[in-house]
Amino acid sequence: MTEHKDYAGSKMGMWLFLFTEILLFGGLFLLYSAYLHRYPGEFHEAGKTENLVLGGANTVILIGSSFTVALSITALRLGKIKHCLILLGLTVVLALSFLVNKFFEWSAKFSQGIYPGSEHMKTLPAGENVFNSLYFAMTGLHGLHVIIGSVLLSVVAVFVARGRVNRDDFVILENAGLYWHLVDLIWIFLFPLFYLIA
Amino acid sequence: MEHESKSPHILSYGFLTGIFAVLMVLTATTIIVSRIELGFMNVVVALSVASAKAALVVFFFMHLKYENWTLKIMVLLAFVLLAICIGFTFFDIGPRT
Repeated sequence: MTEHKDYAGSKMGMWLFLFTEILLFGGLFLLYSAYLHRYPGEFHEAGKTENLVLGGANTVILIGSSFTVALSITALRLGKIKHCLILLGLTVVLALSFLVNKFFEWSAKFSQGIYPGSEHMKTLPAGENVFNSLYFAMTGLHGLHVIIGSVLLSVVAVFVARGRVNRDDFVILENAGLYWHLVDLIWIFLFPLFYLIA
Repeated sequence: MEHESKSPHILSYGFLTGIFAVLMVLTATTIIVSRIELGFMNVVVALSVASAKAALVVFFFMHLKYENWTLKIMVLLAFVLLAICIGFTFFDIGPRT
C-alpha cells in the first residue's frame, strides 16, 4: 500500500495557516497605525531611542536566512543533500544570531527601565508608553516565531538527513520554508515601523 | 494534471542570489532615505520600499509566481482583507482628530 500524497493540498493548507498568521500580526499593525495617527510626535521621540545599527543588522540577517532557505530547496531538488543540510544549518545559525541581537536590544531597554509594566514607563508621555509597549508585543511575538521557525527547520533538516524528505518528496521542506519566509516578511514591515518611520 | 500540480519549476542559485541582492539594495536605500528629513514622505517611502521587498519575498522566495491561480487569488484576498481592515479603520479614526 502506498501512502497518499497531495502536494497541492499540502501547500494550500500551509498557506491557509499563514493567512491566520498574517491576520494575527495584522491586528497589531492596525493598533500601531491607529496609535501612530494619534501620537505622531511622541512616536517620533520614542523611535529615536531604537538602535538602528542592530535593527539594520537584524534585517540583513533575516533576509539572508530567507535566502538560504530558498537555496536549500533548490539544492534538495537538484539532489545535493549535503548542500541542502549546510544551507539549513546556516539558516538556523542566522536565526540564532538574530535572537542574540534582539537579546542585546531588549537588555539595553531593560537597563533604561523600559519594560512592560515598569515604573519608569508609567512616567513617560502616553504616546511613548504605547510605542514601547507595542515594540515589546510585536518584536516579542515575532521573536517567538523565530524560535518556532528555527526548531521547525532543524526538525526538517533531520528528515532530509534521514531521507524522509528527498528530491521527490520535498513539500515538508517547502512548507517549513514558507513559514520561515513569513517570519521574514513580518520583520520587513516591523523594521521600518520601529526603526525608520519614527 | 499530475505534472501541473507537481511544481516542476526549480529556481536557480543565480536567480535567487539576484533577488537577494535586490533585497539588500532596497534595505540600504530605505535606511539612507530615512536619515533625510522628509516629514510624512518618510512614512510613504519606508512603507513603499517595505511593500516592494515583501512582494519580492512572496513571489520568488515563497514561489507564488509559479503557483496556480487558485492560490494566487487566495493570497491576494488575504492581503486585501487586511488592507480593508486597516483602511476602513482610518475612515473612522481619520476624521475624529
